[in-house]
Amino acid sequence: MGVTAQDNKTRLLMDQSRSGRRGATIPALDVPRSDLPPDNMLRRELDLPELSEPEIIRYFIRLSSMNYSVDTNFYPLGSCTMKYNPKINDEIARLPGFARIHPFQPEETVQGALELLHHLQDLLAEITGMDAVSLAPSAGAHGEFSGMLLFRSYHKSRGDVKRQQILVPDSAHGTNPASAAMAGFEVVEVQSDAEGNTDLEDLRSKLSDSVAGIMLTMPSTLGLFDPNVEEVCNLVHEAGGLVYGDGANMNAILGKVKLGDLGFDVVHLNLHKTFSTPHGGGGPGAGPICVKEPFSRYLPKPHVEKIGEAYRLVAPEESVGAIGSFLGNFGVLVRAFVYIRTLGADGLRAVSENAVLNANYVLARLRDKYFLPYDRSCMHEVVFSANWQKRHGVKALDIGKRLLDHGFYAPTIYFPLIVEEAMMIEPTETETLETIDEFIDAMLDIAEEAEKDPDIVIGAPYTTPVIRLDEALAARQPDLRWTER
Amino acid sequence: MDSTALKYSKEHEWISVDDRDVHTVGITNYAQAELGDVVFVALPEVGAEVVQFSQMGEIESVKAVSDLFSPVSGVVVEVNEALADHPELVNQDPLGEGWLLKVRLSDANELDALMTEDEYEEMTEGLH
Repeated sequence: MGVTAQDNKTRLLMDQSRSGRRGATIPALDVPRSDLPPDNMLRRELDLPELSEPEIIRYFIRLSSMNYSVDTNFYPLGSCTMKYNPKINDEIARLPGFARIHPFQPEETVQGALELLHHLQDLLAEITGMDAVSLAPSAGAHGEFSGMLLFRSYHKSRGDVKRQQILVPDSAHGTNPASAAMAGFEVVEVQSDAEGNTDLEDLRSKLSDSVAGIMLTMPSTLGLFDPNVEEVCNLVHEAGGLVYGDGANMNAILGKVKLGDLGFDVVHLNLHKTFSTPHGGGGPGAGPICVKEPFSRYLPKPHVEKIGEAYRLVAPEESVGAIGSFLGNFGVLVRAFVYIRTLGADGLRAVSENAVLNANYVLARLRDKYFLPYDRSCMHEVVFSANWQKRHGVKALDIGKRLLDHGFYAPTIYFPLIVEEAMMIEPTETETLETIDEFIDAMLDIAEEAEKDPDIVIGAPYTTPVIRLDEALAARQPDLRWTER
Repeated sequence: MDSTALKYSKEHEWISVDDRDVHTVGITNYAQAELGDVVFVALPEVGAEVVQFSQMGEIESVKAVSDLFSPVSGVVVEVNEALADHPELVNQDPLGEGWLLKVRLSDANELDALMTEDEYEEMTEGLH
């Protein structure tokens, strides 16, 4: 046939199809025969691949073996907190009492599940220094959007309808301006100063009675603790605005800083990041919002409350309404609860201490070979720039690709947008010194290659199932459907 | 296009400067290099009004989606239709075939708020 082993690796199910081959035998008809729907409702040419059972098994097992995950390798994808997720979380979430319940069951038959959610609300309120929590948002940006709806309701209830602007720092996650815009606000950018902190002068110039609030990430997306944060909160409050906290980087400050104490009004947490549930494939996630008392009346519904001895799903009095079906992703909430309870307060504090220590170790060992745009201690992640390598024609993208040949996932690149050729490395707390050293050694090797033989880096990767892709062509002329060749 | 006959905005757009009242707008060579391979350009419709230093469209590269800002105020009289099928023109020839749109100026004085080529180069040097 002239088909090589390499071809077989990349052949699709469609390419392997042979007419008449099948993986299952349908039993003889043992129910009354009935007519098919009319012909115009039927599709005759379905083009489904026809394969034997072992072919299908081998196909999907082969694909699954190409998966890259934190269970197989180091995953320093900055801003995503790809920490190891303890398996006990999954074990507990799989218990029938959690896994086999349905949202339409009567409340009295799911009291245990509701009790867990109620406890989780209390734990998250304690961790963030807030008064009330909604577990309804299904992911970070969903939490942001819900938070913006709360801001809107708060101002509206006071008749303060002039406030149509949300301030967003230039270093913010792209979801922040998107969430504010989706909630109907106009987005105004606030600049960072030379140290990577919020530029207070720029902030002052943009504050007015049109400003509904500001969205801050703490620590910032540069992986830095902004010492101005309290003053930022004060300035915004003095101008009548509110402060929203993007808790994506909470892994840096667990048990160290309560965002409520700093002056934040509403924050979201990314349970799938900080509180450890698998999220590499894009979900499911959980982005609960934690709020100060004045905002609790607007929380999304349903909300878990304890009334007498019973746990009930209720709607807060001026709720912004339902923001999804039922109450978030319950399995993720169970995992987060187990994670928090397993570690306890001391354990959570140690999470952040080790996450910050590991990132600063990476910073210290790489700083001579990679440009550090903000030269100061970092929090749980460190942002380098590939500007020194760019002189040799090697960009952050090339370095990321070359890391794949070393068996590592690439750091986040080209974010935050305010750092040229950004490479954002988040080692997390769950990696051993040996693993982190291996990663650093790979980065140092690549820095040397960039100087001495840049073409090697520019052509990478060489060892992956698929080599360097033409990303521009793929985006310009997306080929999304199988067609017969 | 003679790059010295252009003026530049700090948002990395250029605009042709001559006696006519219709001016061509594009992004600079520096901008296209920083963006990387451009895969999509969203431009305003012909007849749309644009406002100096305000968002007029979006440009998407393999790295990120960025806003396009109009260097002047006026009315869009033509957009570069070729970019719909060939966004790579912005990378290949940002000052020529990769132009974005033509705009009829509403206030010629606005051109004074833009940079000369030397001033623009000085600004981009500072960005490294």
